[in-house]
Amino acid sequence: MRLELSRAVQGCRLGLLTGLGNTGQHSLEVPGCLLYTRCATVPHLTQDTLHTLRDLPSVTQVSVDSLAEHHEVLEEFKEGLRKFAGLHDTVLFCSLHDSANSIPAGHVTNKTVSVWGSGGRIELTAARFMAIQAAIQPDFYQSMADGETWQAGTSRKRVRKAVDRTLAHLDECLVLHQKTQELKQSEIFGVVEGGDILEERLRSARETAKRPVGGFVLDGFHSAAMDQDVRVQLIKATSAELPQEKPRLVLGVGRPDEVISCVEAGVDLFESFFPFQVTERGCALSFNYNIDPDPETAVLEFNGEMPAVKKLNSNGDENMTPYEMNLKDKRYHDDFRPLVEGCSCYCCEKHMRAYVHHLLVTNELLGGVLLMLHNMAHYLGFFKALREAITSDRLQDFKNRVLHCREGD
Amino acid sequence: MAVSSAAPLALRIVAECPVSKARACTLTLPHCAVSTPVFMPVGTQGTLKGITVDQLEDLDCQICLGNTYHLGMRPGPELIEKADGLHGFMKWNRNLLTDSGGFQMVSLVELSEVTEEGVTFHSPYDGKEILLTPEQSIAIQNSLGSDIMMQLDDVVSSTVKGPRVEEAMHRSVRWLDRCIAANKNPDRQNLFAIIQGGLDAKLRKACLDEMTKRDVPGFAIGGLSGGEEKDDFWKMVTLSTEHLPREKPRYLMGVGYALDLVVCVALGCDMFDCVFPTRTARFGSALVPWGSLQLKQKQYAKDFQPIDPDCQCPTCRRHSRAYLHALFKSDTAAMHHITIHNISYQLTLMQSVRQSIIEQRFPEFVKAFMKRMFPSREQYPSWAVEALQSVNICVC
Repeated sequence: MRLELSRAVQGCRLGLLTGLGNTGQHSLEVPGCLLYTRCATVPHLTQDTLHTLRDLPSVTQVSVDSLAEHHEVLEEFKEGLRKFAGLHDTVLFCSLHDSANSIPAGHVTNKTVSVWGSGGRIELTAARFMAIQAAIQPDFYQSMADGETWQAGTSRKRVRKAVDRTLAHLDECLVLHQKTQELKQSEIFGVVEGGDILEERLRSARETAKRPVGGFVLDGFHSAAMDQDVRVQLIKATSAELPQEKPRLVLGVGRPDEVISCVEAGVDLFESFFPFQVTERGCALSFNYNIDPDPETAVLEFNGEMPAVKKLNSNGDENMTPYEMNLKDKRYHDDFRPLVEGCSCYCCEKHMRAYVHHLLVTNELLGGVLLMLHNMAHYLGFFKALREAITSDRLQDFKNRVLHCREGD
Repeated sequence: MAVSSAAPLALRIVAECPVSKARACTLTLPHCAVSTPVFMPVGTQGTLKGITVDQLEDLDCQICLGNTYHLGMRPGPELIEKADGLHGFMKWNRNLLTDSGGFQMVSLVELSEVTEEGVTFHSPYDGKEILLTPEQSIAIQNSLGSDIMMQLDDVVSSTVKGPRVEEAMHRSVRWLDRCIAANKNPDRQNLFAIIQGGLDAKLRKACLDEMTKRDVPGFAIGGLSGGEEKDDFWKMVTLSTEHLPREKPRYLMGVGYALDLVVCVALGCDMFDCVFPTRTARFGSALVPWGSLQLKQKQYAKDFQPIDPDCQCPTCRRHSRAYLHALFKSDTAAMHHITIHNISYQLTLMQSVRQSIIEQRFPEFVKAFMKRMFPSREQYPSWAVEALQSVNICVC
């Protein structure tokens, strides 16, 4: 793979990741997100419903969490996960964990990490980890890593150990990677650890950059793990140590405000588990990212007549963000408008808030399907608008528009 | 719509089996034409369990069910009427059939009491006492705007014997008249009568005699597919079709197993509904011509063929049993894949049945069907053999 950067504006990198896939014909715009899946399926969606979405990311993400328990089956199948799952013509990236789930702490040793499947915990050595990658046959994957530094008050000693172990795992994985026939076409990404300790972050970045990796995964920056400002500082510093021409993917960051600040700090790629989390709490992404509203709306805004930004709905899930609306709220019972005016996803073109509300209240499966479609479409739209804003030098307008929601009324 | 306002239903008999009582028809309803025999999937709460209306259309479904009891509770008839009826609410552009709510009342709700006025029960959501009368059932169904509505009948389990059965039969006739009188939209909504009488031939016949005097666009055969013996079941079905008008559709309620569908087509039924195919899908059970596959079982973990190599549904064209088995551990989409397959199976089965009737080879079709479904002749259920024999199809 090759990263062709077209510009760098206020810290943001804009470009195209090319040469992806086994025939090298796929590409992914940067900054951008991957297509989040569980066991190679976008949650709730079959291929038919998935493909009502336009401009899907060309890279699908899977995790060892959901695949380790199927190792034996994949080995017997021999032809890799893409074929096993009926995914024609997509690029496959494999991460260690599923960022939508929280990982119980305390299961990392010097030689092993653990993943969590439907049957419980599975312990992996580097050898077993690589055997699983050989069975999956991803186009690129992150190396095995110790990322358990996200708890508050993790000691310096523990953070240092995480960096050391991760480098050791990377070296072991690299050796095994070279010897594995099934991974000849794959690339391995190094994982940068270091918790919230600047020195360790720099050390991890420099050391990882010395290895022949295709790109970098920034771990331990999960939303819950640290303050936005600390994250931004650390990523900026880390980023300066990494080769410019290799892509950087950050794990566990999904909220729009956090995405923007990470992009400004030098991150290229994100996971798209966030729309899934929004879906699971019965919410729909509704924040405005359009900096060029149609003339009618523009006039209303100018005259201060736009409705005030939605306050957080009451009775919402405690994890609800200001970027979404709670469709379970009674107020939508007879609201016949689409989820988001102007959205062209299947749910908004066909259905109304009252119907989605009904599906959620009655616990009907279609509720999840429709919300997943909308939330994914909205999120992809956000990334597209972000790229356009960077391209046209209007990042500040874009931030004002998106982050306005965050400030409330 | 091409249908005259005086009659929102027209049945054209395309072909009849010269051997049995099977027929292939085209049933024209307000939203589109339906080819019969037809299996109607059940979308209880205004949705077909995880499938979009587009997916349902792509499977060539022409009519499906909504449930008056559930929708009457949530979100309620006023809201649905404001949303342009159930069609407008769920955005289904083809036909809808709603049942009266009577069956749920008896099967789902505790302490329901039936009087001449209607059925009294306690709402499961707020405990309030609710009375569902024939007039109210029709009012709700008028708000839902379904193409076919069912009368409110006095439903009695088929395992109940004694005077209650007769009482229920007579009351159902009286309630039919009240329903007919209450229908605000006879020009766009078809009200079907439901033949009752339990497993008593005399009572059934009496009910048939009475109800066929009323000029309704179609008849349902009710009170069966409960827990009764299959031997009794088929006899009541064939008795009913014997005395129902040829030129009106016959809807056998609650029948959905493949074998039952084929036999009851032979006995003269045109329309069927059942929750079984969609419900069993959510448990990982995939229907196939030779039975069913319980995909959650370990034996399918490494089975890399599709559910049915001959099936053309989206699930079978793309996925293997092994992948679906794995997916069940991770995501609800696994259920959707099986739901799509099972609906496709049922609809395709009915299409094949219809085609064989049109091509005058229905008895051969039945024989081949039985051979595929059962490992040997000794395992053909005797009730099915007898039922088919009664209409001159010999599968033994």
